[in-house]
Amino acid sequence: MHVGKDSKWMQQLVFIGPAVLIFSLVIIAPFLLGLYYSMTDWNGVSPNVNWVWFDNFKKIFMEDTDFASSFWFTTKITVTIVILTNLLGFFIAYMLVQKLKTRNMLRSIFFMPNVLGGLLLGFIWQFIFVRGFTTLGAYSDFFLFKLAWLGTEATAFWGLVIVSVWQGTGYVMVIYIAGLSNVPEDLKEAAYVDGAKRRQVLRHVILPMIMSSITVCLFWTINHTYKMYDLNYSLTNGGPFRSTESVSMNIFIEAFANNRYGLGTAKAFIFFVAVALITVVQVYLTKRREIRM
Amino acid sequence: MSTFLNRYKLHFVEVAVILLALLFLIPFYFVLVNSFKSMPELLKNTASIPEIWRLANYQRAWDILNLPLAITNSLIITIVSTVGLTTIASMCAYRMVRKPSKFNNIIFSLFVAAMVIPIQAIMLPLVKILNLVGIINSIPGLVISYIGLGIAFSTFLFHGFVKSIPYEIEESAIIDGCSPYRVYWSIVFPLLKPMTVTVVLLNTLWFWNEFLLAQLILLKPDLRTIQLAINSLFSEYTKQWDLALAALVMSITPAIVFFFFLQRHIIEGVTAGAVKG
Repeated sequence: MHVGKDSKWMQQLVFIGPAVLIFSLVIIAPFLLGLYYSMTDWNGVSPNVNWVWFDNFKKIFMEDTDFASSFWFTTKITVTIVILTNLLGFFIAYMLVQKLKTRNMLRSIFFMPNVLGGLLLGFIWQFIFVRGFTTLGAYSDFFLFKLAWLGTEATAFWGLVIVSVWQGTGYVMVIYIAGLSNVPEDLKEAAYVDGAKRRQVLRHVILPMIMSSITVCLFWTINHTYKMYDLNYSLTNGGPFRSTESVSMNIFIEAFANNRYGLGTAKAFIFFVAVALITVVQVYLTKRREIRM
Repeated sequence: MSTFLNRYKLHFVEVAVILLALLFLIPFYFVLVNSFKSMPELLKNTASIPEIWRLANYQRAWDILNLPLAITNSLIITIVSTVGLTTIASMCAYRMVRKPSKFNNIIFSLFVAAMVIPIQAIMLPLVKILNLVGIINSIPGLVISYIGLGIAFSTFLFHGFVKSIPYEIEESAIIDGCSPYRVYWSIVFPLLKPMTVTVVLLNTLWFWNEFLLAQLILLKPDLRTIQLAINSLFSEYTKQWDLALAALVMSITPAIVFFFFLQRHIIEGVTAGAVKG
């Protein structure tokens, strides 16, 4: 066999080798190891690891109300954020494809929060909610500024929604702008010539034409929000009374604060299956409505 | 009736969107003006312009954060991860497209399938494995994790792009006696440039802002990234807003400057990345 520098084997090794090696080390091995740990009672440190079969899963489904409530919270907030982000993002994109003089600058401003990490944004907004709103409340007497935003369950939920929508809108806006600019001008014109109203054109011409952008934006917002961690960590730290604890936080706490490593990996596995299912169903449903040109 | 709004409606829309944009900017205004105030001034009124633009908060925050160190760490991690990821992913994608053997196809399908695995599902065992290999609590450990987490998506993006490059160009170079590595490096890689820009920008922003894994892997204070430094400052100096805001301004500035210089490419990159994904 020829094993020189240019041989087929060597090439395969040089081009594919590093990717496969790192992928196995960082994704495959932890994934399989996680499956194994999820069936043990390991605490993460001690040398004794006992095989417990599906006990962890049973515990999670039957007894662990904290996990259930973090899952419910994450689902509720994901639905809220996905709807609001996409509505606002689409609305702004729809305005910005008009011939506005300032549109490039506006596009940059709306996108800007997106380049900052969730951790920093959470701290920034903590200041806005705690101190900024106090000043605005003193000025305007407006009831919304007088609430203890991060102190009660309902308002903390909406606080997270506000920050997430503020951050995510720019991202989906950019994708919607690309989608909207690809709708052929003559198609819209033809509809107007036939006497269609602006609203009808939006509903029956534009929306069907940008279904692929909608698929992408829904996928991104669902995926992104379901995994939320940084923002909850820095804005509310899961409080008040663990009411804004996301699934990611719950997994983290289970493994490192409660030292139930096996249970934590079992939760992580359930979380993986749930997110995968939800996104696959969403992509299937919205892809079906896309028009092939 | 044209498909565009008439001039009056257009002005109205423009004013409305500008107002909305100002609303989006208000948080930045609050953070910026208050970062220059003393604590009593800040508590009195957070909306006003500072009486004196004092830099004392910035000096204190700079020392406590140990900002030069944090920025250096963040820069090293971001640059090495991005360069490594881009090189490895583009080479892998190139080979997969040009030599679609059974093995390569299986690996590619695995990559695509792995894109749905959330970081949370692997983060706990990943720490154990890094420990085993002996690179936990080190910058190489975090860099390798970032490359591993990004490899699937970046390879996927390059894969689509390599397919659009005609094979004839490479063929003639091979006939001229060019080695396969030279063909890749001097002919194919330059042609991949539009996709390379997308991959580099998307990953740079991700690595710079990443917190969850950094928090798990880098435990030594002298390895702190900007995100970790800010986090420890907030847990040690609670309610010291004068200090915290100056620290926040300094931490968000690099990302904002980066964005404003490359905004066109970043926005195009986001669009390209999203549509492919």
